[in-house]
Amino acid sequence: MSAVEGDGSTGVPATLSARQLARRRRRESFLRSWRIFRRNRSGMLGLVILAVFAFIALAAPLLASSQGLEVTQATGGVLEPPSSQYWLGTDDQGRSVLTLLIWGARISLFVGLAATVISMVIGTLIGLISGFSGGWAGAVLFRLTEWFLVIPFLPLAIVLATVLGRSLFNIVLVIGVTSWPGTALLIRSQTLSIKERAYIERARVLGAGRWHQMSRHVLPNVMPMVFANTTLTVAIAILAETTLSFLGLGDPTRVSWGSMLDDAFQVGAITTGAWWFIVPPGVCVVLVVLAFTLIGQALEEVLNPRLKGR
Amino acid sequence: MTLATNPSVAEAAEEVETSRRHRSYGRYVLGKVLGSLASLAFVLVVNFFLFRVLPGDPARNLSRGRFVSKGQLAAFNKTYGLDQSVPQQFLTYLNNTLHGDLGISIKYRVPVSQLILDRLWPTLLLVGTSTILAAIIGVWLGIRGAWKRGGAFDKASTGTSLTLYSMPEWWLGLLLIAVFAVGWGPIPGIFPTGGLHSVDAQPGTLSGVLDTAWHLTLPVITLTLAYLADYSLIMRSSLLDELGEDYLTTARAKGLRDIVVRNRHAVPNALLPTTTVIALSIGFVVSGAITIETVFSIPGLGLLGVDALETPDFWVLQGTFMVASAGVIAANLVANLLYGLLDPRVRT
Repeated sequence: MSAVEGDGSTGVPATLSARQLARRRRRESFLRSWRIFRRNRSGMLGLVILAVFAFIALAAPLLASSQGLEVTQATGGVLEPPSSQYWLGTDDQGRSVLTLLIWGARISLFVGLAATVISMVIGTLIGLISGFSGGWAGAVLFRLTEWFLVIPFLPLAIVLATVLGRSLFNIVLVIGVTSWPGTALLIRSQTLSIKERAYIERARVLGAGRWHQMSRHVLPNVMPMVFANTTLTVAIAILAETTLSFLGLGDPTRVSWGSMLDDAFQVGAITTGAWWFIVPPGVCVVLVVLAFTLIGQALEEVLNPRLKGR
Repeated sequence: MTLATNPSVAEAAEEVETSRRHRSYGRYVLGKVLGSLASLAFVLVVNFFLFRVLPGDPARNLSRGRFVSKGQLAAFNKTYGLDQSVPQQFLTYLNNTLHGDLGISIKYRVPVSQLILDRLWPTLLLVGTSTILAAIIGVWLGIRGAWKRGGAFDKASTGTSLTLYSMPEWWLGLLLIAVFAVGWGPIPGIFPTGGLHSVDAQPGTLSGVLDTAWHLTLPVITLTLAYLADYSLIMRSSLLDELGEDYLTTARAKGLRDIVVRNRHAVPNALLPTTTVIALSIGFVVSGAITIETVFSIPGLGLLGVDALETPDFWVLQGTFMVASAGVIAANLVANLLYGLLDPRVRT
């Protein structure tokens, strides 16, 4: 649309400015990718599952009153099995499991997405700089990435969470700063291959500085890769949140799927057979993580047609 | 070498060739060993600063919620060397760690290195058995799926693997406990809910060994399923990578049977990346065991670390973290050396 408006009142553009041209090209390539993506059945399945959970998380206040989260306002009995009043039974405090599940979606998705943003920013920056600038800076950053890669993720996250304390912000931070090395390596290898292309050399010959080359030429070309990697990272971040909360390292004031499972385990829901307290949160985690994984794989396929049919 | 008419010249040329190959592998090994030592040094430094420089003073953390006099605090700091300056502490820490002294546990009052040694074998038994089982089954699933890509078997096994991959492994463990240890519906609970052996078990006897095996059945199944997902997906995708290669067309054109083409030509090449992934994952022994040991209450390294969180027992945490990282670095090194041996192309 902006392409048409470009020339003002006449409505017919004589020529398109470089920026408009680029925008149009980008939109076309996006639509092309979307058409390929739509043909991918598992990718679309992932998208549908994700849409459902995104709706639940956003509409949580409409679906269930937040008063249902207050232990003091609990109306049900202890670990009541599912009934017409409590569709998924109650927890050990008499709260509706369904209410907890709906509100837990918010925390689990928020932590997953926020941690991924941190991880992507660190990973992309380090990968880009270490790939683009050779010499000692690149070497140091590459070494740093390799080092962070060998530190086992869960122990480091546990230690960090213990040292920093238990809060929502800290758990996001911990997952974010421990999950970037994989992204950095991927972006680095992409950058290394893009760096050798002719148009970068052309830009360099025309006098483009390092910053211009990196931000205007390399970054837009690694962005699709970042995007595909992001969805896979969200899956890992949500799993990490669940595990850390299960180990009692989550924010004690918020309900997430992981903290529900921690509660269920602590009160012995397994031995008492209170399956409604154990199965639903786990199923939600599996569905959301699976959705992100399927979308990520489908995106990789769109970007790299060689992978088709995997 | 065909140009060499004189056999001794050919021999000499071959000798030079072999020695060059040896030397290049030697250089490769040297590079990787040095890299691992650098990583180890990095972990040593991180390990120190993580616990001392970040907010959270061990003495204050330990006394949280309890009344502690200034004298007690000072005595605590002196016992654990916290009254020295940070650089001085760092030197002491380096010296102690290099001599195998990882400090003393606050909770158990025994040397951390002793605790770790005691807790090592249940973890190794659990994770080792699971890794071997998962490697065998996973590779088999991957081969079958990739060779008949898109078939019913492939779809079922890929779907299962992806679902297992998306599952927190400890949640799977909880479900298995609920069904097979507690009992669910018509299924009787026949396995123990946790622990490593019964109270009255005789270690060292046949019945003692069987008792431990009986206790480890569910945790091993859980971890095997969790690892299996990874291995079968990797094996499948690396075999798919080989499928388009020319040498397979050649093998088929020679008239080899399908099974021979698969097992003698495609699989050995596809096994390379899978071997690396498996070797790498062995390094994550401690990480893998943390949640499973918690759920099944197996007294291994993972549970030691999780229990240490509650006190918090800083020196135990630091020690287990050290062992966990060293394990990954060692496995990394082994994976790299193995890869260099199997695939000479990577020795650059």
